[in-house]
Amino acid sequence: MMAILAMQHAGYILGSYAVTFAVIGGFAWRLLRHGRRLAEQVDDADKYWT
Amino acid sequence: MTTKSMTSRTTSTDLDAPIRRRAATGTRATRILGGLTMAMMGWLVAFGLGFSPADRDQKEAVRIMYVHVPTVWLAYLAFTVTALCSGLYLFSKKHSLGFDRFAGASAEIGVVFMGLTLVTGMLWGKITWGVYWEWDARLTTTALLFVSYVGYLAVRGLGGNHHQRAKRSAVVGLLAVIEIPLVHWSVRMWRSLHQTATVLDTDGDIDMDGLMLFSLFVGLIAFTLLFVWLLLHRSRSMAMEDILDDHGLDRALDARRAEAAIS
Repeated sequence: MMAILAMQHAGYILGSYAVTFAVIGGFAWRLLRHGRRLAEQVDDADKYWT
Repeated sequence: MTTKSMTSRTTSTDLDAPIRRRAATGTRATRILGGLTMAMMGWLVAFGLGFSPADRDQKEAVRIMYVHVPTVWLAYLAFTVTALCSGLYLFSKKHSLGFDRFAGASAEIGVVFMGLTLVTGMLWGKITWGVYWEWDARLTTTALLFVSYVGYLAVRGLGGNHHQRAKRSAVVGLLAVIEIPLVHWSVRMWRSLHQTATVLDTDGDIDMDGLMLFSLFVGLIAFTLLFVWLLLHRSRSMAMEDILDDHGLDRALDARRAEAAIS
């Protein structure tokens, strides 16, 4: 862990990973939450994947 | 009736009521796929930041490649799926809205990852070129591609029924995908700061260390799995949005008919 923090341009490199995974996590969480909210209003019979 | 008896009666009623389970967008398959994706992402971080060696020329900055290249791969893949599904919607006899929903879901995912490509590319550019942004051929065409698909999503948001939405967005989806070869070949067609393709090169020689190449492929596989997972969830949400939209319209029509019958 210390080696990663000590590498040259660590701020930019770790920043690129942090931004990528934060956006992926946020997008996935929003998608699941939106899906759950919609699912409460729709009958299971109308959901082709169930 | 005492407070105690009221409470016990309420509890008894709740227990007797059938449990209504509402299935969300997940299934057993998506949960397995999600688990696999998370595991591959863990490997990507371990290889990208730990096991893979530093580059001879770019030193540690090369580690950004392991997230930058998979994000652009996912965006290209998403936009290609959008075009494919748009074509299937337009040219198939059934004009199935399922194709339209896959096209729309894929474009949304593509826009998010194209945005990530631009951000990670800017961070990499700051290290290697000394600037975040340059109006270079590759950067400019990539920004244009991003804006085009934001426009595609805006077109989907215009009014009209589901088939009107599907038709007009399918045309935009088929036109916008033409930009992908332009972006990919921009580094060869014009003088560019951006390096030429290392893996998808026309001569077939891959001039890259084995562990670096392996780390890159871990990223590509992880992001491909992520794309499938996101696409399944988003297309199912879109299907429910359309159902609710139809129900809302039906209710409004019923209300108007009832009003007309009274008057």
